[in-house]
Amino acid sequence: MTVRDLWQRLIAPIDPPLMTMAALLLGYALLVVSSASFERVGAQIINMLVALVVMRLAAQVPPQRLMYFALPIFVGGLLLLVAVALFGDVSKGARRWLNLGFMRIQPSEIMKIAMPLMLAWYFQRHETFLRLREYVVAAILLLAPVALIARQPDLGTAILVLAAGFWVIFLAGLPWKVLAGLALGAVAAAPLAWSMMRDYQRNRILTLLDPEADPLGKGFHIIQSTIAIGSGGILGKGWGQGTQAQLEFIPERHTDFIFAVLSEEFGLIGNTLLLILYAMLIGRGMMIAANAPTLFTRLLAGSITLIFFTYAFVNMGMVSGLLPVVGVPLPFVSYGGTSLTTLFVGIGILMSIHKHRMLVQK
Amino acid sequence: MDFKNPEQEIERFQWRLTVAGGAVLCAFFILFARFFWLQVIQHDYYRTRAEDNRISLVPILPNRGLILDRNGVVMARNYSAYTLEITPSRAGDLEKAIDGLAQVIDIQPKDRKRFKKMLEESKNFESLPIRTRLTDEEVAKFIAHRYRFPGVDIKARLFRQYPYIESGSHLLGYIGRINDRDLERIEEKDAETNYRGTEHFGKTGLELKYEFDLHGQTGFEKVEIDAGGRAVRVLSSIPPVSGNNLTLTVDAKLQAVAEQAFGERRGALVAIEPATGGILALVSMPGYDPNMFVDGIDPQNWDALNTSLDKPMVNRALNGTYPPGSTFKPYMALGALEIGKRTPQQTIFDPGSYSFGGHVFRDDKKGGHGTVDMYKSIVQSCDTYYYMLSNDMGIDNIANFMRQFGFGQKTGVDLEDESVGVLPSQEWKRKHFKKAEQQRWFAGETISIGIGQGYNSYTPIQLAQAIATLANDGVMFRPHIVKFITDTRTGTVIPIETVPIKTIPLKPQNIQTIKQAMIGVNQEGTGARAFAGAEYISAGKTGTAQVYSLKGEKYTEGHVNERMRDHALFIAFAPAEQPKIALAILVENGGFGAAAAAPIARQVLDYYLLGKQPKAPAPAAADEGEED
Repeated sequence: MTVRDLWQRLIAPIDPPLMTMAALLLGYALLVVSSASFERVGAQIINMLVALVVMRLAAQVPPQRLMYFALPIFVGGLLLLVAVALFGDVSKGARRWLNLGFMRIQPSEIMKIAMPLMLAWYFQRHETFLRLREYVVAAILLLAPVALIARQPDLGTAILVLAAGFWVIFLAGLPWKVLAGLALGAVAAAPLAWSMMRDYQRNRILTLLDPEADPLGKGFHIIQSTIAIGSGGILGKGWGQGTQAQLEFIPERHTDFIFAVLSEEFGLIGNTLLLILYAMLIGRGMMIAANAPTLFTRLLAGSITLIFFTYAFVNMGMVSGLLPVVGVPLPFVSYGGTSLTTLFVGIGILMSIHKHRMLVQK
Repeated sequence: MDFKNPEQEIERFQWRLTVAGGAVLCAFFILFARFFWLQVIQHDYYRTRAEDNRISLVPILPNRGLILDRNGVVMARNYSAYTLEITPSRAGDLEKAIDGLAQVIDIQPKDRKRFKKMLEESKNFESLPIRTRLTDEEVAKFIAHRYRFPGVDIKARLFRQYPYIESGSHLLGYIGRINDRDLERIEEKDAETNYRGTEHFGKTGLELKYEFDLHGQTGFEKVEIDAGGRAVRVLSSIPPVSGNNLTLTVDAKLQAVAEQAFGERRGALVAIEPATGGILALVSMPGYDPNMFVDGIDPQNWDALNTSLDKPMVNRALNGTYPPGSTFKPYMALGALEIGKRTPQQTIFDPGSYSFGGHVFRDDKKGGHGTVDMYKSIVQSCDTYYYMLSNDMGIDNIANFMRQFGFGQKTGVDLEDESVGVLPSQEWKRKHFKKAEQQRWFAGETISIGIGQGYNSYTPIQLAQAIATLANDGVMFRPHIVKFITDTRTGTVIPIETVPIKTIPLKPQNIQTIKQAMIGVNQEGTGARAFAGAEYISAGKTGTAQVYSLKGEKYTEGHVNERMRDHALFIAFAPAEQPKIALAILVENGGFGAAAAAPIARQVLDYYLLGKQPKAPAPAAADEGEED
């Protein structure tokens, strides 16, 4: 076996368009991370390599195998969430981590993949007979872990898991009437939700409406990130030249607020480029979903793709002051290994679904 | 319900996917619109805000102007030292922070007390010194432990220093941390920008009066700062301009000689150059150490200064008002000559007392001075002569004449808060008292006015101005302490005016008569003992002012509480022909002017005219004189 053969085998499951888009995003990310926090570039490259290895592994798992795993992973994840609620470590006022003795894990992260897997599997099983009852069961399967995560509290992850599940249910064909009813119900339930929210969560919403009310306190993040974006202008201030970023006016500038750094230094041009990269990635994901052979793969591919979108939209929306601040990183760009790995598991699954689209039909 | 065929189902899925894709595009368009709004339409606004964020104007304090005496001797200067400062808003639990600091650097209880006092008077975000004048070793020690103390920093600061310590303290005054009253002065002057970053302000004396000359022009550094407010780099700067230097008319050595002549006694001395009105020495005893105020005085010392019976913080030269006693007599005699109530040769007979309206006014000399003319009345200080003269002149004539010499009016010296004193007259009494029966002037009240008692009450600086004017033949100057101000940037000298404010219309022969009599005082009269063997001709007049009136009893020093004893006074000028110096001295509870005050004048004049250094404080002559 030649080296060439080995390479061929190595890249066989990889989808070139998807890989190209992801690689471009990672390149862009390195450019921004090196400006926001130069000393973290090395660590982030390692994070990226780990994520790519995980992606390659996920890409070679056939969808049928994934179906076997769906239920166990979901149940396991759910049990871990319960364990977090009972024995989790508290850090910064939230109970999110589970200490296994040799490592600490964040089970809510597992749910980002386990949720669409589980629901896609569930709909596949009831493929021929989808009634309202199936949607209700799906909703319960969705809301239980979401409630556990929201209680930690980790609103950002809860929203992402909720969105992941919602996209599966939506794509599975939840009747429009029910959707409209849910939307109305949500509006009606807003006051109830308000009363159930914690003070800091309420403050985030109030801050969104009027950040200048407390410019040095709760409004500080959002005011400073908006200033960073606005002062970037069309062309941006240039790499490493953003005063808001370099002088530390932007909090969490290498993680959740990295978009403000990108925006300040690369301007509207840089933002548009990022939007285009995301749009292309999402477009490719949707193509894969459209051509997927089974309901399971269709739903899984579609929802994973739309999770990428949700991530990106929520993060950019919050950093630019359109949405309340929740802990959601900018997909593929924010510094950090955990969420990057999760994202690349998703990419790997998409690749696998694409590779195996013919095999199933045969 | 419905069994779907795969075709239908795929079609439906793809429709759903298309809808989702549409939602994605809509959402991205909204984001794009938001970016466009912020980055294109609102760009200018946000660019300005980003600039405001990063740029800060940091004031650079100017060096405070120096204060120099007439010979260039530095009386107030600056030195730079390290201080250990705490910003209370950033330091957390202050007690704990200070306890922690005390383990690293020596912090005395008085440092803590002083810090507490400053804390009460300051705003939370100001940094306040807990220790000043750190040694290099202490600085190094703290820096090694700095990480343990958030909100605590070492700062290099300029401190004011008064090298002569207590000497000239009332004259120079001192600076202290800016308070609300100082802020009002700054606002009145519209000097807020120039005082950004300034922490000290003149509190009294010249430091207060010439604050805005001494302060200088604050420089500014345009600095890029990070979100924590730390300076990252300097973008541009305007250097500060040092404050203007003050050169005084005061002679620092003469000032010290005069202070030492007082010894432990309380009192005041003002010496003036008659030809210019320049103040050569301005003494108020006891003094205090103005250096204590510079880095904030600790409460113990503050209380001590304020509760002391000796009242060291009061500037007696400007704010003490005293009856002039017999030092008033030469002016009375001059007034009598001017308005024709007496001639120099006219005599009276003094039997030892004078009766008026059933009241007996005693003369100090038992049995009286016998036949007395004007010369003798001044040389021997005959009271009866002036009881009669007062009655002949009447209160309003006296007041109108004395007013010309500045009695009972502010002299306008360049120090703040001068007292007015009292020049008694019918009008003054009408205004001063509320009840109708008190407002009337009684003829009997005029009698003791002539010997400088009664309602008479003047500040030592008024007495000095009067004697300087007499020495100068009626040409009057506003007494002043600053000779000229030097602009440190250009070197330009701004002199303080030395034009006379007025010339009192006096007949030269009358002035000569009085001067001759005052020369006689120091040669053969009450001042003769103090001026025995002087190598120059001087003119003087002794005075003793009653603090407490003993009705009908003979006053004997030892029997009266020390603080109820008479004040001793002396006025003089020399050389008599061409006066170079005129002075007024007051020794509180000193007893007889001839014994307590005149020897001080002798030491001061000897030093100023001959350069003689006195060996010990002027003798407080314990012998009981019968003069005055």
